[in-house]
Amino acid sequence: MIELDKVSYGYGGTALFSQLSLALQPGSFHFLTGPSGAGKTTLLRLCYAGLYALGGQVRLFGQDIAALDRDAIALARRRIGVVHQNCEFLDHLSVAENIALPLTVAGRAHEAAGNLKELLAWVGLGLQAGQLPPELSGGERQRAALARAVIMSPDVIIADEPTGNVDWEMSQRLLTLLVELNKMGKAVLIATHDLNLIRSVKSDVNARVLRLKDGQLTHAGTEL
Amino acid sequence: MSAVLDLIVGDRQADRVVPPTGLTARLTVFAAAVMAFLAVIALALSLSAGRVADRWAQDLAQSATLRLPADPELADVLLIEALEVLQTTPGVASARALSADEQQALLEPWFGPDLPIDTLPVPQLIEVIATDEGYDAAGLRARLNGQVPGAVLDDHSASRAPLLQAASRVRSLGWLIVLLIGGVVAAIISLAAQASLNANAQVIRVLRAVGARDVYIARAFVRRFTLRAGLGATGGVLLGLIAISLLPDSEDVGGLMTNIGFQGFGWLWPLVIPPLSAIVAFIATRAAAFARLREQI
Repeated sequence: MIELDKVSYGYGGTALFSQLSLALQPGSFHFLTGPSGAGKTTLLRLCYAGLYALGGQVRLFGQDIAALDRDAIALARRRIGVVHQNCEFLDHLSVAENIALPLTVAGRAHEAAGNLKELLAWVGLGLQAGQLPPELSGGERQRAALARAVIMSPDVIIADEPTGNVDWEMSQRLLTLLVELNKMGKAVLIATHDLNLIRSVKSDVNARVLRLKDGQLTHAGTEL
Repeated sequence: MSAVLDLIVGDRQADRVVPPTGLTARLTVFAAAVMAFLAVIALALSLSAGRVADRWAQDLAQSATLRLPADPELADVLLIEALEVLQTTPGVASARALSADEQQALLEPWFGPDLPIDTLPVPQLIEVIATDEGYDAAGLRARLNGQVPGAVLDDHSASRAPLLQAASRVRSLGWLIVLLIGGVVAAIISLAAQASLNANAQVIRVLRAVGARDVYIARAFVRRFTLRAGLGATGGVLLGLIAISLLPDSEDVGGLMTNIGFQGFGWLWPLVIPPLSAIVAFIATRAAAFARLREQI
């Protein structure tokens, strides 16, 4: 679904990583760990065409993104649900409207009615549906971002520290949702440095743990 | 046509993704209104100049004036001789001696209404109207020279040329002003759209992240600015038409500056300004939006 083939990237002339390869297959579940500044967020952005690689090839759903026009990239993104670390929203729209935004821009707003209520309840935001994003706490924003990422039932879900601002109980609920989606065949890639979070799901899912450090991506194995 | 209807009716969901921005909205409406108002005035000036030029050209081209010597003793004889010459000249449709009242009216702007014209040696004037084919001016002058010594035929060619040139230039200037106004509208709306796009950088980031195509994002901005420009221009045109209708009507005088306004189908010209402003806004905003969107992946 998403393949990074010997990609390189850096900032200001300094290489962050090079010759890095990764493949997200349908039904795969990956955790991405590594120290701060190792390039985890950059790697995730390369996976959803939020950045163009400086070298190598990135393929989304079998297509080299260098050959895709802007519309094709936009359409590919509809198949990738992303939870960003900073959780940006349209602050003038309600939480419910923000969560339904992917459906709205895809011209499928009418599909939101059924899923939305269930999803809001699932992430514990049923009472906040009519509020504006600036009125939410950090944890509520992350839950709203996760709900927005999955409402289109995307083929791939990419999350950057999705449980960073939520309590343990909520992080388990969110993770359970991702595991359920994974069992439905969705590929999941989560960047986190919370090893307890990884341990908590190892019995439920066959997760591969990747470690990004010093520009190298290594497999940490499924046993932690 | 359906595309225009789509633009006017819009997509409520798509429109809502861009927050209303008060300052740029007011700026766009105000700028479009002011420019439309000025365009109406410029248009009126241009059309009036065109009308005046046409009328002068028509009036002066077919008329001439024959001035007889101011000789009280021979006045009647000279008049009879001159009329006889004119009436027998091919190409002359009519020849008529101006009455004392008409001559007084001609002199009134310079000497006032109380001029005792009967006691003054004022030359008798004869109005000569040519047929469509016209007459041989050189031949007529030669005959007059022989039969009515001292008579001077003025076919207005000397005074007509600069007047027509001036009117023509005023007309061209009016259209140039309308064109410049169109350019200024495009520039102002383009700047306002860019300001709005910059102010909504987060909105654009979020929309791109959830898979919105450029055309979807651009459409919300383009529709908003197009409608604002059309709305502002409509207001400006209405104000312009009111201002024009309040100008004093001095049709009788016939001068350029005292006859600015619209006549007949000319009143329809200002109605073109609002849709034209909307089209200019559409093109300017669309270009600005796509240029801005292309700056990010």
